[in-house]
Amino acid sequence: MTAPVAAPPAPTRTRVSAWAGNPWAGFLFRRLGRLLVSLAVLVTLAFGMIHLIPGDPVRAALGVTAPPDLVDARREALGLNDPLGTQFVNYVRALFSGDLGVSMTSGVPVSDTIGQRLPATASLAIVAFVVVMLAAIPLGLAMAVLTRGGRRRGAELGFTSTSAVVAAIPEFLLAVGLVFVFGVSLGWLPVAGRGGGSSYVLPVLALSLGPALLMARIVRVEALAVMDEDFVRTARAKRLPPLRVYVRHVFPNALTSTLTIGGLLLSGMIVGTVLVENVFAWPGMGMTIVSSILAKDYPVVQGIVLVYGAAVLLVNLVVDVLLAVADPRSTIREG
Amino acid sequence: MGREQWRAALRNPVGAVAAGLLVLLAILAIVAPILWGDAAEETDPAALSQGSTSEHPLGTDALGRDILLRVLVATRYSLGLALLATAICVTAGVVLGVLPAVLGRRAGRLVTAAVNLAVAFPGLLLALFFAVIFGVGARGAVLAIALAGAPSFARLVQTNVAAVAGRDYVAAARVAGVGRFRLIARHLLPNIGEPLVVNATVMAGTALLSFAGLSFLGLGVQPPAYDWGRLLGEGLDRIYINPAAALAPGVAVVVAGLAFTLLGESIAQVVGVRAVRRRRAPETEPAMTAAAAEPDGDAVLAADDLRVAFPARDGGWTHPVDGVSLTVRRGETVGIVGESGSGKSLTALAVAQLAPDAAHVTAGRLEVAGVAPLGRTGAEVRDLLGTRVAMVFQDPMTSFNPSMRVGRQLAEVTRVHERQGKRAALARAVDRLRTVRVPAPERRAHQYPHEFSGGMRQRAMIAMGLMSTPELIIADEPTTALDVTVQRQVLRLLKDVQAETGAAVVLISHDIAVVAQLCERVVVMYAGRVVEELPVGRLGAAAHPYTRALLASVPDLATDRDRPLATIAGRPPDPADRPEGCAFAPRCDFADDACRVRPGLSAVAPDQRAACWHPRSRPLDLTLDAVTGGQA
Repeated sequence: MTAPVAAPPAPTRTRVSAWAGNPWAGFLFRRLGRLLVSLAVLVTLAFGMIHLIPGDPVRAALGVTAPPDLVDARREALGLNDPLGTQFVNYVRALFSGDLGVSMTSGVPVSDTIGQRLPATASLAIVAFVVVMLAAIPLGLAMAVLTRGGRRRGAELGFTSTSAVVAAIPEFLLAVGLVFVFGVSLGWLPVAGRGGGSSYVLPVLALSLGPALLMARIVRVEALAVMDEDFVRTARAKRLPPLRVYVRHVFPNALTSTLTIGGLLLSGMIVGTVLVENVFAWPGMGMTIVSSILAKDYPVVQGIVLVYGAAVLLVNLVVDVLLAVADPRSTIREG
Repeated sequence: MGREQWRAALRNPVGAVAAGLLVLLAILAIVAPILWGDAAEETDPAALSQGSTSEHPLGTDALGRDILLRVLVATRYSLGLALLATAICVTAGVVLGVLPAVLGRRAGRLVTAAVNLAVAFPGLLLALFFAVIFGVGARGAVLAIALAGAPSFARLVQTNVAAVAGRDYVAAARVAGVGRFRLIARHLLPNIGEPLVVNATVMAGTALLSFAGLSFLGLGVQPPAYDWGRLLGEGLDRIYINPAAALAPGVAVVVAGLAFTLLGESIAQVVGVRAVRRRRAPETEPAMTAAAAEPDGDAVLAADDLRVAFPARDGGWTHPVDGVSLTVRRGETVGIVGESGSGKSLTALAVAQLAPDAAHVTAGRLEVAGVAPLGRTGAEVRDLLGTRVAMVFQDPMTSFNPSMRVGRQLAEVTRVHERQGKRAALARAVDRLRTVRVPAPERRAHQYPHEFSGGMRQRAMIAMGLMSTPELIIADEPTTALDVTVQRQVLRLLKDVQAETGAAVVLISHDIAVVAQLCERVVVMYAGRVVEELPVGRLGAAAHPYTRALLASVPDLATDRDRPLATIAGRPPDPADRPEGCAFAPRCDFADDACRVRPGLSAVAPDQRAACWHPRSRPLDLTLDAVTGGQA
């Protein structure tokens, strides 16, 4: 091996083969293709939802006492009397121009309602996600360091059982508990509505506590597995300070599963806002979708389901791309 | 799911509590509506929206109905709906999961793809979607929750079916002409029952919680019927007046949900139950080695009666390294040889203060590069040994951090210990890579370990040891993972490095031929003890039967290839039950009653010591040179 290993001569490639030979291009192509298929299925389901409802949705929305000509006029306005194929084409065409239809109860364009409600939901989900990441990663690493090599069995048992129990409590029940303790009993924090920073505390806490503990458990287990690896022994043999060993050598190698779980948690949290918003009267899409389902205002429901679904698909895409960046060897090739 | 496992799950305290709670809930679900069903419906106009009173311990709702009774009575409806949803979910999941195995390849793939797509969406979103289609109400909510949970259950079934479907008995059944449906019912499902039961239990908990969520949102149970979720939603509106109205149903949901979830998890975890025991530090026996090495002012490594203990299963300690004494002089090259499990690597790690966390290291005396590390804090050891002792590990594939560029991993040493800047440290890393003859070091420094070949990685590992000026280099099987030609280059490199820097080298290897190539002195270890030490030149006059057996097992060009390779009969003893006396005696041709007493190291010739009651003196016919190609 003393002979220098010559780099393979760079072949002169044509445009096409260069493109096809690039693993990144191939990966992104496959991944975007999957996103498009998923989006197509999502749009089809959102469109099909109103047709899958047994009976006449317009009659159901307007009530049994509504005059038949009003029902018919509304059906005509919604295009429900057209053939199904025509309806679908019109729906997709309208979707591309940003038209999600008009609310059956208020007559306001659905896109306006979503535009007005989306920021509240998005800010809640994003703040909660940041809190989860900031809390769970240091906590998980710290617990891994403390309990490495079977040390502190008591602390390990306490952490795993507490986190298992708390993570199993759904966010809306945590929310009710938080409202009781910090709103009703202590009176420290507002329990309803969206205002200044203090109004975020309880909803964010309710939304992030369970996922944070779940995440911390995963980080701990992954970090413990990495700590047994040979290269961590090498890092210790280099006499690096422990903090450097954990932050530079252990954590980056536990990142893959952290990212995967992080993505799952984020999509869960986006939808989890529905329940939390309803506990805290948070003026977001979650409040709107529930009231719209109850009022049988189907165009609004369709639009919001689309937004939630698209958000989840987008999160999955971002996570997959990040995974590919973090570990180019495995992810890209598998696609 | 064997009966044994159920029993084991119930012996586990968590499992027992969860099972007890479920029994209690079941009794309540049966009895409560019979006993208090009517009382819970009774309105009391004199006590509307009250807090806790002696008559109504948890207060009353807006119509003056007793909260406590309503929570108790709601048990039946809440549990019943959750179990119904679970049953539908499991059925749908099993059907979806088995379909790919029944349908043709194309249709099967389509089902799998649909399941995979659905799993990507959170359950609540699916539940909301189905709630719209099936309509608001208990029936709609049951179907919504069941169908929302079905995809992930189907995925589970698919994975398990795929795992079982490849096994021999399934193939045999197929060959025997068993029909598809019979195959599934008789051969596939019964064999994946265990994970399905566990997950169905957990699923019941999830369904209960989800149902409470939908009812709380007003999409589930509709008045006048009520379940816990409904009560919670009604109670939340008046939480300032009567917190119990919201908290009681909430607590009920949490307790019931946890009972299902924890029972499922404790069944799943039953196998991994561990006993927790406290231990005292191991007792150190007095040193057996009578002739301990003389304190030597010129020694870069001096260990006396070094012991490494690990906690044993029975609560005691085992000693994989049991009283090793070792001296390495400045600039000397010493080889430690032994079979795997002889404690040679652990000795090196213990000397370098890198033994695993669970190990307990003691020594009569331990001095490394002029430092006595035992009893010092980790920070002191790092500071004192950081630049003086370098380690070269066995498997270069796993010993580099895969997520960090090689140059940075090398430069890290200089940055931490000499507080050099990024650029200066990297420049030195490139220089050291050049020293170990890594081609194009500037480019290589920016690559990741997986882009290096095995030999190059091992040389980079040596370069990492050279980032500072070590007095002692400990190389643990540095050539084992490499092929023979690369092996020789790495050995030559180690020799050059040693000649240039004047560092002492401890080379650990199972291969006495490799050691003979590089070292001046050889230390032979067996079962955690040193059995012989001798200069390389005297290998032909090795006195210990074990050393002689090791030498005899090295094949060379003159070895008669028609005869089986010489091996050492038997296996080295487990450190946990090492025989009394000489540990090699059970495998030794010359053992007799004298060997029941443990022999100490004693001189058999100048510079040669052996721990044996019957040292051999007949010279061996050695052709090590033929194997190693002479001194590299």
